[in-house]
Amino acid sequence: MRLAIPLMITFVAGMIMIFQFFVPATQSIGETLQEWYMIVASFAIFLGSVNLLYVHTHRIRFKGRNWKYSPVTIIGFAAMIITGLVFGIEPGKPFDYMFTQMMVPMGATMFSLLAFFVASAAFRAFRASNWRATLLLISAFVVMLGRVPIGAMIWGKIPLISEWIMQYPNMAGQRAVMIGAAMGMVATSLRMIFGIERSYLGGAD
Amino acid sequence: MLFVLPLLVFAGVLFAQSGGVTSEENSGSFVQSLTAEDARNDAGGGIDLTWTVAADAALPDSMVLERSCEGEDWAPVCTLAPIDSRKTDGELENGQEYSYRIVPWTDGTAGQPSALAAAVPIKQWINSGRIGMLIILTIISLVIFYYIEQGKRGKDLYIRRIAGLTAVEDAVGRATEMGRPVLYIPGIMDMDDIQTIASMVILGRVAMKTAEYGSPLLVPTCRSVVMSVAQEIVKESYLQVGRPDAYQRESINYITDDQFGYAAGVDGIMVRQKPAAIFMLGTFYAESLILAETGRSVGAIQIAGTAMPSQIPFFIAACDYTLIGEELFAASAYLSKEPKLLGSLRGQDAAKLFFMVVIVLGVLTATLGEAWAPAAKVAEFLKTITSVE
Repeated sequence: MRLAIPLMITFVAGMIMIFQFFVPATQSIGETLQEWYMIVASFAIFLGSVNLLYVHTHRIRFKGRNWKYSPVTIIGFAAMIITGLVFGIEPGKPFDYMFTQMMVPMGATMFSLLAFFVASAAFRAFRASNWRATLLLISAFVVMLGRVPIGAMIWGKIPLISEWIMQYPNMAGQRAVMIGAAMGMVATSLRMIFGIERSYLGGAD
Repeated sequence: MLFVLPLLVFAGVLFAQSGGVTSEENSGSFVQSLTAEDARNDAGGGIDLTWTVAADAALPDSMVLERSCEGEDWAPVCTLAPIDSRKTDGELENGQEYSYRIVPWTDGTAGQPSALAAAVPIKQWINSGRIGMLIILTIISLVIFYYIEQGKRGKDLYIRRIAGLTAVEDAVGRATEMGRPVLYIPGIMDMDDIQTIASMVILGRVAMKTAEYGSPLLVPTCRSVVMSVAQEIVKESYLQVGRPDAYQRESINYITDDQFGYAAGVDGIMVRQKPAAIFMLGTFYAESLILAETGRSVGAIQIAGTAMPSQIPFFIAACDYTLIGEELFAASAYLSKEPKLLGSLRGQDAAKLFFMVVIVLGVLTATLGEAWAPAAKVAEFLKTITSVE
């Protein structure tokens, strides 16, 4: 029973989702299942919040490694919840202020780090250590040059070559990855719907 | 169950029907040739309306679409712009006949209404725009099941070596030797994403290894549901290996739903705990390189995998091993070495071969079709069956 019930639920839910894709008359059942998922996911947010508080209070209580960061998390968490509940979340309220003046800039800061990481990753990837890396270096150089005005100033056909690389070899590679991934998705879904893959139920293969 | 999909195709062809079309012309009205038709490929309740306007008439200020259900009074449905030429009326009752007319309005005065058009909304039992996909899906499923059966019968199936998956054991072993934890990042999407599901299955396999070797396993998650699922999967894996005592629930924790907040949190874990092995398997977006570069900076061996084409180059540049697209979905079967799961991998490859043949055939027939009409027809057929509405 421990295995049979989850397998049956997976099978029924999976088959309903396949049917509703091809049979418009059963779409409402699929939509209902998706709504159920949204409801479950909404409740799970409480679970996540409880876990967050538990992990950090546990760390403070037992003076775990780097425990000094935990009060910052708990204070930030509590401040956002309390201001949101007490004053509301409309523009101009403390919650909105903290969101736009603290959360958004911090997110933007993390995002901007990407520029530096791209530079360091590109430096490693473009080292001409073998013929494939050299090919990558040359094509990347042409593409980058084709995207800035100086490329056209050097030779008018550089932007065209850059566009050709993006539209043909690059697009073909991306589509190959997508087709392969789609096959993988179908195979994974079938394995799970028909109970062939059971490791997620405790490895009862 | 394999017969269900072909039956669907058969039923679709058998029951394909339309809700009826009515079309009239009123030469005196601004709106001409109003046509009403049951909306295609829907669950019922919709009627598609299309019309043309008199070319030489002056544009009205607006037009009002009016509806009458089986002889009832006319009721306005919505206001249309004079340049509109189509509208779908929804939330109707299936099986009832609805009549429509369009009334042009100029300077607050109603003009001559268009001719009437009527249709009956009905449920469709098959999406005609997806029949081609249904056929292809049936073929792929049959091929995969055939090879699963071959695997069950003990036929030796050759599966090519995937370096990233072969390195999983080495990575966990390295973490054990160094006395550092293993960090597993399941991406930033929820459990309704197939890549996250695939990642959870691999997590089960990785957790078995960490339980065997006695390495701490950290799983920071971006979604609460993923956290709950990950906790259960890791717990089951530790139980199966006979190490339930080593399972630590708080090691699998929720951080935040915010994309860059999550990246910052995981980066913090990497810098403070210095994991010896990092697995990044699942759906990733812009945070992929932030995570991978930070992981590299702490000297961890990194195994990444995603089906997001735009993020794969970042992982290749920053990680030791990268599972590209389909390899992510093959990981669980590959690691288990189970014949029936390996059979599904072989089926997956065979299905890919089928697509390769279709693509080559499509290119050839489309090229030949420029000079030879039958080839163009074949190309058009291939295009139709591989297109999805």
